[in-house]
Amino acid sequence: MSMQGVKNEEKIELNKEEQARVRERSLKLLGEIIKPVKNRLFLSLALVITSQALRVSGPWLIAATVDYALPAAQAGDLSLLYWTVGGYVTTAVLAGFTIAYFLRFAARVSQDIMFGLRKRLFRHTQRLSVEFHETYTSGRVIARQTSDLDSIKELLDSGGSEMISGILFMLFTAIALLTLDASSFLIMLVSFIPLFFLTRWFQKNTRISYRKTRVASAKLIVHFVESMTGIRAVKAFRKEKRNQDTYKELVEDYRSVNAKVIQLFGIYDPGLIMIGNITVAFVLLWGGFRVMEGDLGIGVLISCILYARSFYEPMENLAMFYNSYQSANSALEKISGVLEEEPSVPEATNPTPLAPRKGHIQFDTVEFAYSNGKVVLPKFNMDIPAGQTIALVGTTGAGKSTLAKLIGRFYDPSAGTVELDGVDLRQLTDDDLRKAVVMVTQEAYLFSGTVAENISLGKPEATMEEIESSAKAVGAHEFILSLPDGYDTDVNKRGGRVSSGQRQLISFARAFIADPTVLILDEATSSLDIPSERMVQKGLQTLLAGRTAIIIAHRLSTVSIADRVVVMEHGQIIEDDEPAVLIAGTGKFAKMHKAWRDSLV
Amino acid sequence: MGTIAAISGHMFALAIPGYLRSLFDTLENNTTFDTLLFAVFAVLGMGLLEAVMVLLRRWLVLTPGTHVEAGLRRALYAKLQDLEVAFHDKWPSGQLLSRASSDLSMIRRWLSFGLVLLVANLFTIVVGFTLLFSYSWILASVFFVVMSPLWILGFRFEKEYHVTARLSQDQAGDLATSVEESVHGIRVIKAFGRGSFMTEKFAKDALKLRGTELNKAKMEANLWFYFSTIPSIATAIYLPLGVWQIVEGNMTIGLLLSFILTTRILHWPIDSLGFLLSMTIDARSAVERFFEVIDTKVDITDPEQPKTIKEPKGRLVFENVSFRYADAPAEQTDLIDGVNLEIEPGESVALIGITGSGKTSITALATRLYEVTGGSVKLDGVDIRDLSREELRSHIAMAFEDSTLFSDTIRNNVLLGRPGSTEEDLAQALEIAQAGFAYDLPDGLDTKIGEEGLSLSGGQRQRIALARAVAAKPAVLVLDDPLSALDVDTEAMVEDALRTVLKATTALIVAHRPSTVQLADKVALLQDGKITAFGKHSDLIASNDHYRYVISSLDAAGKMIEVKY
Repeated sequence: MSMQGVKNEEKIELNKEEQARVRERSLKLLGEIIKPVKNRLFLSLALVITSQALRVSGPWLIAATVDYALPAAQAGDLSLLYWTVGGYVTTAVLAGFTIAYFLRFAARVSQDIMFGLRKRLFRHTQRLSVEFHETYTSGRVIARQTSDLDSIKELLDSGGSEMISGILFMLFTAIALLTLDASSFLIMLVSFIPLFFLTRWFQKNTRISYRKTRVASAKLIVHFVESMTGIRAVKAFRKEKRNQDTYKELVEDYRSVNAKVIQLFGIYDPGLIMIGNITVAFVLLWGGFRVMEGDLGIGVLISCILYARSFYEPMENLAMFYNSYQSANSALEKISGVLEEEPSVPEATNPTPLAPRKGHIQFDTVEFAYSNGKVVLPKFNMDIPAGQTIALVGTTGAGKSTLAKLIGRFYDPSAGTVELDGVDLRQLTDDDLRKAVVMVTQEAYLFSGTVAENISLGKPEATMEEIESSAKAVGAHEFILSLPDGYDTDVNKRGGRVSSGQRQLISFARAFIADPTVLILDEATSSLDIPSERMVQKGLQTLLAGRTAIIIAHRLSTVSIADRVVVMEHGQIIEDDEPAVLIAGTGKFAKMHKAWRDSLV
Repeated sequence: MGTIAAISGHMFALAIPGYLRSLFDTLENNTTFDTLLFAVFAVLGMGLLEAVMVLLRRWLVLTPGTHVEAGLRRALYAKLQDLEVAFHDKWPSGQLLSRASSDLSMIRRWLSFGLVLLVANLFTIVVGFTLLFSYSWILASVFFVVMSPLWILGFRFEKEYHVTARLSQDQAGDLATSVEESVHGIRVIKAFGRGSFMTEKFAKDALKLRGTELNKAKMEANLWFYFSTIPSIATAIYLPLGVWQIVEGNMTIGLLLSFILTTRILHWPIDSLGFLLSMTIDARSAVERFFEVIDTKVDITDPEQPKTIKEPKGRLVFENVSFRYADAPAEQTDLIDGVNLEIEPGESVALIGITGSGKTSITALATRLYEVTGGSVKLDGVDIRDLSREELRSHIAMAFEDSTLFSDTIRNNVLLGRPGSTEEDLAQALEIAQAGFAYDLPDGLDTKIGEEGLSLSGGQRQRIALARAVAAKPAVLVLDDPLSALDVDTEAMVEDALRTVLKATTALIVAHRPSTVQLADKVALLQDGKITAFGKHSDLIASNDHYRYVISSLDAAGKMIEVKY
């Protein structure tokens, strides 16, 4: 099975090939996020080693005090005492300083890594196409950007430098043991065999378990987010209990894989301790035997045993670090998958600049099919001259929105080209395209922040006057003033306090202020009452002057401001002419228009 | 239990070197193979015990820790579902999510790691100090006095760090909110090409969090400095004092050695108090954030002794109902200001009014998604506040304007309000909502639709949501502009089918178009928070100017109001 991007990301047991593939990409990501801070990592390593050395010298100075300064003091000479005690204080303070400095330095490094990764992931998900978001679900994107990043943060917090200093410490101890007594060293080497197998066992099992943790945690988040955003429907249809049951199961899944990981570590960690202690016992046995034979001095044996013991001391820290690494690694597997996803609507590599914008749109033998092969729009041609206002009508599901989305480049056609002023949309930079083409959809999403901020999304640098005048133009000014803080009212989550009609007015103002060459309105007035709609239409007259417009509306009142009507059915254009001509004819539109006229009374 | 295991684990670890030392003495004098074997087994045994204690600690503390975490998580979710819609309007969902995920695992880690170590280390410190005082009260007092600033530093740290820890958790929640909105609003962001704008905004917030985290690290580093240096300074002060005592002949070298060794052993527990303290504070503010939600009073609750309606007829009455949002400014009049409306069983009433007049709010009052601030809503003569929410919402089904669907099969989405309905009921509901397209989806009615039904078109989603309300077979249907996304043809078909349902069902329908109004027997006009007109559509359109203004595209003479260029 392919492991490209987010495909099969919930698969737990991977075969060799898949494993290699996934490991390669997560290691690559790890390398990429470490690269910019590589030098600083070395510096922090140096800091750790310095501080450890300083710390180690403390006991040595105390020993010197007792062994040398004390007898000297007893003899009446205090100078040595001053030296050792002074030296002790100095090293202690220096050690404290280096540690404190290291902590701040390391925090800066890990925060920079986190910040870089956060931003990169955010930017990348923003670049991914709508199609990706529709299939991947928002909850998963959120899980990748919250809980997965959390586990990477945990790894960074667990202190990689301490691990390296631990390894160094073990290395030095091993060398000391080797020079002291080679056979004890050999015993220690033998202990590496069970150590290796234990670690392999731990690695294999945790890899699988941590993968399960990531999947379970993402599911938990997906369900949580969905029930919170849909809380009204949850309540209205009494879904609470059923939700609670589902959530309980998900929580239990997550808990049990979590407990599993913890228990694995609960075996691994004491396992390491035991291997260490057994090794010490063997060193003692073998050494003691030789002491009895008279082959070994007792002092050497004591040192051997102490070295063997301290060799295993940093092991627990190493194990803990390794554990965090395993956890972070499975998060990296998932994140690298998302980062590997290519936008199905890629940015132009060699963009053509779009100079003076006119708004002439041309569909040239365009066909559109979903990635599963289902054809939504069979091959067609259409030409929309600059400045023309088109009404796109037809039954729901006829493909009107899809056609509009092709102009807004939410999708790319599967064949043929869509051109704006003679340039293939795929050849335009995103900036140029979005400046030229703006789409207002039925779903008038408001971001948390003030009303003014939501309007200025269409033009971030807009002044307050511009914001107000655009709101006035679409007839939103009055109701905005009646809000608690006027334009500074926080709309908060999904515009809970603003009615859906008002939301549509705000998103209209947003489009108005963006001042595009081509404006697409996809059912943008569906929730408006008739007076507001009239107001918007009045605003549209100003707005649409000199612009190209594609208006999709079920209420045919829009037709009155259209130069041309295009009727679609089953993805095909069946009628295309001036409104008056179509109304006077006997086709589909004439029927629709009559039905609509009748419905007005 | 786990703490005991942790302490005994420490003790066994401490015991091994001590035992080894005494062993060497015997080894030197009395070297028989038996003694050696005995010694080896003693070391093995103690090593084994150490490992077993670590194992016990991990299994005894950490596994229960996951149960605690799971329990808290379930409790939080249950509470959030119980809390009224007004709460959710106020709280950004990212803040809720960060509580349910990172805060809870923080609490778990503290319970299973921080707390155990804190107790074990404090215990070790107390035992250690007792030993120190028993060795030499003079040296111990000096040691103790020099160490005492740590208390003050600890308290000061606690105060400052608490604020910052809380800030960082809140900022992480804000970041989660930004992430959530960037995903839910992806279409709008794309439509305006604001991807990089949003990224910059996000980066700004992320930078804020980074700053706070760095502040935290700075505080921790400072604390760590004091907690690791002050004990050393204390050592440096008592050491010459000890030497002087020995010179004076008041103390033996052996005693000084024991004293030094014990203070060395205490070094790590004291050092670690610094980070244990910060971890504890982190956990504490996570607990605070958790309880902020848990302690929120649920304003819309079930009555203590709920009444029931055995055979609901569906008589829905609004009696002098008023309503205002809790955060509306005081000088503003109530949004709903004394609404009186009686809907007889089987009758359907259309609710008309300009955008923002409070129509949707009225529909939400009927199912207690929001609570009236004055007057009452009665169903079959029973105040809806006297019914359990569960029962009330089984009598009244809603179709929302924004048709929230859940990531589940079409079947489950439609049968949400009445699970266990028959296939015929399901088919009928789909038929009424003209949602026959569902059969043509890849897996028919078992097709899983994306979250919020994203892979369906707006019109399709609306029809599924309508089918859902119909399939609930309620006594009262509340439809909030149920056909807004439908084209004229489909709308006409849905209306025809809906009429049969509405004959038997009480209905309150928010409408913007005359065609939807035609579904209803009567029309109520909502204006300035009151029902200012009530009657038949044809009568009102002839007699009421405001009504005509709101609903009609035709002027008084019956001519279309053309938009003039």
